[in-house]
Amino acid sequence: MSIQPTFLITDLLFFALTISLIAFVFVVRKRPHLSRPWSQVLKSTTGSVSLMILLFYYAIALVDSVHFHPRVAQATESQYQYSSEVHSLLDVLMTPMRSRMEKTFSAPLATHSFAKEMMQNEAGQLQRDYPRLNYGGAHLAQPEDQKAADIISISLQASAQALFYWALIWLFMLWLYSQRNNQGLATLLANVLKAKTTYPLRAIAITSAVLMLLTVVSMQLGQHYHLFGTDKVGQDVFYQAVKSVRTGILIGVLTTLITLPLAILLGALAGFFRGWVDDVIQYIYTTLNSIPHVLLIAAAVLLLQVYMSGHADDFDSLTERADLRLLFLCLILGITSWTGLCRLLRAETFKLREMEYIQAAEAFGVSKFKILMRHVMPNFMHIVIISVVLDFSGLVLAEAVLSYINIGVDPSMNSWGNMINQARLEMARDPIVWWSLSAAFVFMFTLVLFANLFADVVRDALDPRVVRGEQ
Amino acid sequence: MSAYIIRRMLYAIPILIGINLITFVLFFVVNSPDDMALMQLGSKHTTELQIEDWKRERGYHLPLLYNAEQSGLAAVTETIFYQKSAKLFVFDFGSSDSGRDIGYDISQRMWPSLALAIPTLLVGLLVTITLALTIAFFRGTYIDYWAVIICVALISISSLFYIIGGQFLIGKLLKIVPISGFDTGLHALKFMILPVLIGIVGGIGSNTRWYRTIFLEEINKDYVRTARSKGLSEQMVLFKHVLRNALIPILTGVVVVLPLLFMGSLLTENFFGIPGLGSYTIDAINRQDFAIVRAMVFLGSVLYIIGLVLTDISYTLVDPRIRLS
Repeated sequence: MSIQPTFLITDLLFFALTISLIAFVFVVRKRPHLSRPWSQVLKSTTGSVSLMILLFYYAIALVDSVHFHPRVAQATESQYQYSSEVHSLLDVLMTPMRSRMEKTFSAPLATHSFAKEMMQNEAGQLQRDYPRLNYGGAHLAQPEDQKAADIISISLQASAQALFYWALIWLFMLWLYSQRNNQGLATLLANVLKAKTTYPLRAIAITSAVLMLLTVVSMQLGQHYHLFGTDKVGQDVFYQAVKSVRTGILIGVLTTLITLPLAILLGALAGFFRGWVDDVIQYIYTTLNSIPHVLLIAAAVLLLQVYMSGHADDFDSLTERADLRLLFLCLILGITSWTGLCRLLRAETFKLREMEYIQAAEAFGVSKFKILMRHVMPNFMHIVIISVVLDFSGLVLAEAVLSYINIGVDPSMNSWGNMINQARLEMARDPIVWWSLSAAFVFMFTLVLFANLFADVVRDALDPRVVRGEQ
Repeated sequence: MSAYIIRRMLYAIPILIGINLITFVLFFVVNSPDDMALMQLGSKHTTELQIEDWKRERGYHLPLLYNAEQSGLAAVTETIFYQKSAKLFVFDFGSSDSGRDIGYDISQRMWPSLALAIPTLLVGLLVTITLALTIAFFRGTYIDYWAVIICVALISISSLFYIIGGQFLIGKLLKIVPISGFDTGLHALKFMILPVLIGIVGGIGSNTRWYRTIFLEEINKDYVRTARSKGLSEQMVLFKHVLRNALIPILTGVVVVLPLLFMGSLLTENFFGIPGLGSYTIDAINRQDFAIVRAMVFLGSVLYIIGLVLTDISYTLVDPRIRLS
């Protein structure tokens, strides 16, 4: 083995969550009353297109969560030495972009540095000029004349490649589909083109084509150029932005691991047992909710910093430390955000408890625990799902703001908030260094926008009544 | 009515005690004052004596809950809990870790925060209600459809980008107003325009969408149908009936944030260098000044609870159907 696999805690949780998501999909597929609203989501063009883009982001985060220590040198025949650095599968896929460091800033697709430097020209005189980049466009002899043509030719080749494979995959899938449904491939194709299929296959096809084009073209261009330029220390901005996907997604999904158990358990208990149980639980969430969330998070993260600076020896590597901080951030975000859902679930349990079928179950002597598990909880799950999907985009946005105030993820971790934070200091430069900000903006905006659109569709499909008036 | 208000305020007391306990546990039990001292002084080459001095200067040398060395009442009062946490109840914030009087700082910095927050709130309300009413007027058409999508897109932009974009566009590119800074009196006006504008634009997406749903809910009610069947014009129905009734949930929703306006906006004040409570908090977080953060946590919670009480009261005022029980 030339690598030594390693699992960060967040990786394990993320994988566990992914497996339970897949299990959830299987459970839902088997039960018609559960799968009906979801098929409504998939039948809406907005729903399936946004889901596809979200899955794309999710896949990047998954690939970026497979971590290992690369092997550095062979000490003896049988003993390998592993680097203390932690790499992910995504790093391997993006190797040239990760390792090709420039000296400092360079504009997107530039061949020359952003800042002038003292250099020796051919005549041996010193003069100030823009030096060539170490890697960006290094294969060109005359960058001024060749660059545009080179970029166009790489992009065209990559696009042709991408579209070819895309067409191949889609034809194969449609052929499979037509075989299974005893439908002619030609009629199926015609239906897809006319958007007359049950599910919006045409929109999905177009989205997948766009995603494929963007991926292949950016990867191919990234081999020779810095697609989004480089930052202050010369790191590829495109690489940073892609690496930040994992942070954003993880904050959005791992937080639910804290919110859901708390909200479901306490909400159901409060609504079901009422009396002093209800009073205590209401007291807990009103108190927690009264503390301004940013300040509570700030206090908690400050205390974490105190702890970490006092116990610096407990962490094997910087990555591990940053990882724990990310986990802690999810924890504290979860603690501040379960109250809203808990209140909704409490009210819903209140309502459900008065229903005749629950009273019937009680009359039959079904135990309270069983009533809660089998008759109450399944009936408010739609609220849980809606709330999870609605909260996701807010959490991604919160990460950026928190990182900006220095109470977010570790400064060494790639995240959109950190990118904005670092880039903001360069706003005063003239000409302005805009590419870090733009890259963070494009990646974050796309994720949050489609998460919001998806949430709207899910909400409408699962239950049009609830959470409507909420912001 | 006054009995109701008093009962409502009494109800807030256990919550305040809870918040006080949470901050106490967070700041003094989870991490001991020794940890704080080490963090501030640096863990290398710091002697026990230095830590003791640091704690003594700030009053952290006392025991947490019970002082066995003192007798009588002093056994309870000469403790961190009494000196640092219990005194928050009477808004005695003590002094910050760098030795300044927190109460004085707050009373000074409150005003720039308010000067920024109040116009943002008022003009923002005016703009978003107008927009939402317009969209509600065109409900079910393409204008409605695209307006909602634009709102979702606006919500999807991080508040950081609103600020950065606004600073770049108006401050740097067009050079209409200064990018950041503050001044006293009327001179502050030119520094306020940009942050207020950005605050308004940043709120348009979420508020317009929210108010639109409120308007649409109202439009589907029976009395609106009655108004139409009387032969009133659509404009008349919207402005006279729908707007008035929809203002109830909108304004009661605003009441809850009114007290929090004092706290200011963390991001905006920080970006624009406005010396309000928001930037005060951020500076404290960055300097790791626990005393200030603790004071702000408590102050923020108190203001939030006041907002809740005010909301309840305003509900009973605007809607006579709600009984004071």
